[in-house]
Amino acid sequence: MRLKSIVPGALLITIVLVAALLSYVWTPFDVATLDIRNKLQTPNQVNWLGTDHLGRDILSMLMVGARTSIAVALVAVGIGMGVGVPLGLIAAAKQSGWADELIMRGNDLVFAFPALLIAIMITAVFGAGAVNAIIAIGIFNIPVFARLTRGAALSLWTREFVLAARVAGKSGFRISVEHLLPNITNLLIVQGTIQFSLGILAEAGLSYVGLGAQPPIPSWGRMLADSQTLITLAPHLALFPGLAIVCTVLGLNLLGDGLRDWLDPRLRRER
Amino acid sequence: MLRYLYRRLGSLAATLLVASLVVFVVIEVVPGDPASYMLGLNAQPDTVAALRSELGLDQSKPARYVQWVTGMLRGDFGQSYTYRTPVADMVSDRLWISLPLALYALVLSIVIAFPAGIWAASRRGGAADTTVMGFTQLGIAIPNFWFAMLLVLFFAIKLRWFSAGGFAGWDEGFFVALKSLTLPAIALALPQAAILTRVMRSSLLDVLGEDFMRTARAKGLSRRQALLRHALRNAMIPVLTIIGLQFSFLIAGAIIIENVFFLPGLGRLIFQSIAQRDLIVVESVVMLLVFAVVVVTFIVDLAYAWVDPRLRRRS
Repeated sequence: MRLKSIVPGALLITIVLVAALLSYVWTPFDVATLDIRNKLQTPNQVNWLGTDHLGRDILSMLMVGARTSIAVALVAVGIGMGVGVPLGLIAAAKQSGWADELIMRGNDLVFAFPALLIAIMITAVFGAGAVNAIIAIGIFNIPVFARLTRGAALSLWTREFVLAARVAGKSGFRISVEHLLPNITNLLIVQGTIQFSLGILAEAGLSYVGLGAQPPIPSWGRMLADSQTLITLAPHLALFPGLAIVCTVLGLNLLGDGLRDWLDPRLRRER
Repeated sequence: MLRYLYRRLGSLAATLLVASLVVFVVIEVVPGDPASYMLGLNAQPDTVAALRSELGLDQSKPARYVQWVTGMLRGDFGQSYTYRTPVADMVSDRLWISLPLALYALVLSIVIAFPAGIWAASRRGGAADTTVMGFTQLGIAIPNFWFAMLLVLFFAIKLRWFSAGGFAGWDEGFFVALKSLTLPAIALALPQAAILTRVMRSSLLDVLGEDFMRTARAKGLSRRQALLRHALRNAMIPVLTIIGLQFSFLIAGAIIIENVFFLPGLGRLIFQSIAQRDLIVVESVVMLLVFAVVVVTFIVDLAYAWVDPRLRRRS
């Protein structure tokens, strides 16, 4: 039954991805062009989703904003996987060693700092910006992937095919890369989807409070922040960026749920 | 239980020590001198030197770290570079908004999630289950600050039931103050309630399939009695884990939500301090929030041991 969630999830994500990619070559209007005479227009035939307080086309801004959200969340997941997965594999290979201890204590430490606090500290030192938002969300992702990889790899180390590889004389590194990693890829894909959706939400939150992408780069969170003081005059300014975030996160969550059920035959049988 | 308590206390102290080092090192990396920043471009070098000495900035970094940590242990967070008032006073004023807000949201999310999760689990696969799960999917996907804006638009601007922002103050009476925290708390609670509902449901479903549940039913307990007396307590471990984790999200979320509702809490203070480069305030508030998160995690760990006696014996 849950397999069905892949289709709506993939559909929502495809729409957002196509809009983001399309914005590189075409948007209905130029997002950098201000048209004050045309400000705060409600949705109409020319500006399908209306215009903002500076007369910019909201649909065009949403399309370009999708790029920012996706880029920040995707790179942050990349950082989390790129650092967390090797750490998890090392910890599992050297059970009860320094790596294992380092990961578990590092986990405790990072979990003590919500992503927003990491972002606040980075911003206080280096200033606000999309790159710092990526680093903040990325750091928060590292222990998530490290813990997941460690847990999954630990259970695989006792399996017969790993024992066979050890008897064949393969090193811990080769076993981790050649045998363990392919076996936990599904798990990583599913977790990656979940962290991607959390990254989209975190990026929006950071941009909303001014710690994310800075003007003139459009971002969904920033659009919501700009709309706040105008919410009584032009509620559509707050409506569309919010819906864009909800659709993207919902799409990723549905896709993640569906993929988990699809890639895990045990779950498929249970449902 | 005592050994378990001591071990967890040791781990708590170690985490806090490393966290304080991280916060101090990160914030101290910042270029520029707070004394020069406070006095402006035309300040005389001897005035800057005097202020540096007054603020303790002329000491070595390790000495300043020790002073900062021991000061915090005594409740002395130093002096704000901008307002020249004790940081502890600034923090304690605002703590009485941020902490009740986070707790209010936590209570709301539990009050929503427990019945919803139990209801969905007891009607697995039915229309109620599907509806609840559909709502939770939506609840997780909605950014809390956007939901907060929609709440303001509808309940404050259209219906005029609540104020659109600001805090009445506890001096105005408990319920008046609570009313001004209600919309922010609902906005904060929504995504957490959605997550907690899902965890409650799946945890209960796992327990409902256990042998002891079949035995309970065979003994003549009704489905409802078996669920409430036996399943619920056994399903609590994952639920408690999530409640503990949620507190850190609520603390972080409160920082953003305070901005939507213009609440003068720790979140507003931290952003003002960043804008004014008042780094001692940023340092202290971040450390305080980390302390809150770590202590709540500690309390949750103790709650595990209370709920599951096996954990106590194992340790």
